[in-house]
Amino acid sequence: MGTNVDLIFRIAIIGILVSIINRVLVSAGREEQAMMTSLVGIIIVLMMVIELVNSLFETIKTMFMLY
Amino acid sequence: MDIFQIVALGLVATILSLLVKEDRPEFGVYIALVTGIIIFIFVATKLQAILDVLNQMITRINIDNIYYSTLFKIIGIAYITEFGAQACRDAGEKVIASKIEFAGKIFIMVMAVPILISLMDLMINMVP
Repeated sequence: MGTNVDLIFRIAIIGILVSIINRVLVSAGREEQAMMTSLVGIIIVLMMVIELVNSLFETIKTMFMLY
Repeated sequence: MDIFQIVALGLVATILSLLVKEDRPEFGVYIALVTGIIIFIFVATKLQAILDVLNQMITRINIDNIYYSTLFKIIGIAYITEFGAQACRDAGEKVIASKIEFAGKIFIMVMAVPILISLMDLMINMVP
């Protein structure tokens, strides 16, 4: 279990970074780049989460014989 | 003991999720989802042990295999449907959550039909 606990903190860090970059870019007047960075942040975290969701589904399939 | 780890993890994740949610709401959903999955994977090994014990008891009573394997499948479907529906409801999408639950009920009904049929046959044979 301990292995993927740091995933939560990684996601939190990415979320905070994205919101800070957004604030900076918006105040610098570049709204479209702010939108870009938030999209990039979402996609990065989505990759991590999808991998974890896949392992959840595999666990449940093997456990409840749901083939 | 392990339960303390889980509770601590849940509290920390809740605080992190709130911290991130006011700026970027979607990251709050991510953190909630990941925490739920991690806690389930942590408990999965213990749940697997319980299911194995159940298996051994049932094979000793030598009930027909179809009944309890269908039962396990229904439990699995019910759990994953509940997980998805709660995640969507937590994110605020009540319509999607109710549709997921509706689909889960249909799948469970489909699984339960053979057992209903065998029950009907049993009753018909009993009545002379």
